[in-house]
Amino acid sequence: MTPCSGVQQPRNLSRRFARALWTGLCGAVFLFLLLPTVVVIPASFSAAKYFSFPPATWSVRWYVAYFHDEDWLAATSFSLEIALLSTVVALVLGVLVSLALVRSELPGKAAIRAIVLAPMIVPHIVIAVAMYLVYMRWDLVGTLPGLVLAHTVVCVPLVVINLSTGLQKMDPSLEMAAASMGADRIAAFRWVTLPLLAPSLATAAAFSFITSLDEAVISYFLSGSQGKTLTRKMFEDIDFDLSPIIAVASTLIIVVSVALMGSIELLRARNARLAAREA
Amino acid sequence: MEAIASAAPAKDASIGRRVALLMRNSKGFPIPLAVAMVAPLLIGLAVAFVQPVGQLLATSLWHPDFTLVEYQRIGATPLYFRIIARTFLLATTVTVAALLLGYPVALFLARLSGWRLTVATACIMLPLWTSVLVRSYSWIVILQRNGLLNTFLQWLGVINAPLPLLYNELAVVVAMTHVLLPYMILPIWAALRAMPRDLPLAAESLGANGPRVFWHVVLPLSMPGVASGTLMVFILALGFYVTPALVGGPRTLMLATLIGQQTIELLNWPFAGALAAVLLVTTLVLVAAFNRFLGLDKKAAS
Repeated sequence: MTPCSGVQQPRNLSRRFARALWTGLCGAVFLFLLLPTVVVIPASFSAAKYFSFPPATWSVRWYVAYFHDEDWLAATSFSLEIALLSTVVALVLGVLVSLALVRSELPGKAAIRAIVLAPMIVPHIVIAVAMYLVYMRWDLVGTLPGLVLAHTVVCVPLVVINLSTGLQKMDPSLEMAAASMGADRIAAFRWVTLPLLAPSLATAAAFSFITSLDEAVISYFLSGSQGKTLTRKMFEDIDFDLSPIIAVASTLIIVVSVALMGSIELLRARNARLAAREA
Repeated sequence: MEAIASAAPAKDASIGRRVALLMRNSKGFPIPLAVAMVAPLLIGLAVAFVQPVGQLLATSLWHPDFTLVEYQRIGATPLYFRIIARTFLLATTVTVAALLLGYPVALFLARLSGWRLTVATACIMLPLWTSVLVRSYSWIVILQRNGLLNTFLQWLGVINAPLPLLYNELAVVVAMTHVLLPYMILPIWAALRAMPRDLPLAAESLGANGPRVFWHVVLPLSMPGVASGTLMVFILALGFYVTPALVGGPRTLMLATLIGQQTIELLNWPFAGALAAVLLVTTLVLVAAFNRFLGLDKKAAS
């Protein structure tokens, strides 16, 4: 279990002290990682008019305010729409490209992969400013198609990475077995490839959805005064005033992200357990 | 009877068809079909991504004649030079901090099992799943005048009046380290997990003590993880926009926030394009150098 078991049996005091120090440091780092992630949740249940932490009195008034505020609701539904559509478009295009990259003898695969994965490497500020410059001319700023197009670009690499790995792990002889029994390409894909690929597809979909929902830089630049994403609205309000309503929006984003990614992680752990039992 | 007789050749034909399908499938999709499958995405990326980035870079070089004046302006103006230097300094600080905090944690994680491992994994993944914007906002909650830290310190009696903790470089470093730390921990942890367990044991059986095992066996074998974690944190830190914009305030402009300011507030597209080119080229050079380094590593291993 241990890569370095020499430290396992403390032989003297200084070693025991070093071990305690190390455990303490790791505990502190875990706290450093976790505390700032969850601190907005208690902040969202404040009863105060202005921000203070910890809240002196508790209430759900800011949740009530959030769900009665047209601007926040519009931004929320706009962001959900964008996330859903970008995920669908990225999945469809990503599945096609992953299949072609893994299951064909297409020339220039390395170059195609590089272009498809480039949005992961190019800093988002560069993508955001470049898209803003061009989408402005196309009247796409602040529109659903414009933001879906932009978010698809950043979601596709995640889909292709997840699906290529899934496809590479999958035994191609299964598809050939289906073909030997008379299945044409579409039937083999529908009844063999797709079900086996389902876990990778689910992961890719969850990653895409969360990435689009959380994306703040490109959304900030491509939002307009009409079409405003949730992250743009939060960004503006943080700069403007610090009402606890931003903590409400943050809490909702955390809940959605953790629920989605957590269920994917549970699903993955369950699949690993089943696979281990079969082996 | 006649039906059976006529069915026989048909059956043969279907076997032929199956064999043909099999032969075809073993090679995967035929090339024209594969081209048709990649075409929609490639055309989409060309229009929605490559072309805009290209146009942004082009505005920095041609308006309308070829010129390098925007780039000369970056080099000649102490203010911009200082911002770029600050960006590199902050990115380096964040990377070193993440490495110092992340390595012990990755080592710690590599030894855990059972429910402890589950809890520790959740501690690493939870921040990763949470929006960067939300986590930057959290740091405002913690560091502002009547935020968590000031309230706590006043309650302890350490300070009498709230400290100005927000809107300075230290706040940016702390918040960015928090946001980027999982990107350091995960690759190092993966490298440590991939290490054969009997190697440290073998070193020990040959008489090496704990620190020597670590220095001569564990650390060198974890270097690929350290390298990819360091690169990832550094290039993400170089181009970071959200955290410096929110936590840093106007006095701690970084390259990304400067690009944003040049476009939104000043509408100076050529200069923004030049700054974007600096950021983009630096990032790409780092990634290429890293790939080359890892590629050589792989060759050496085989």
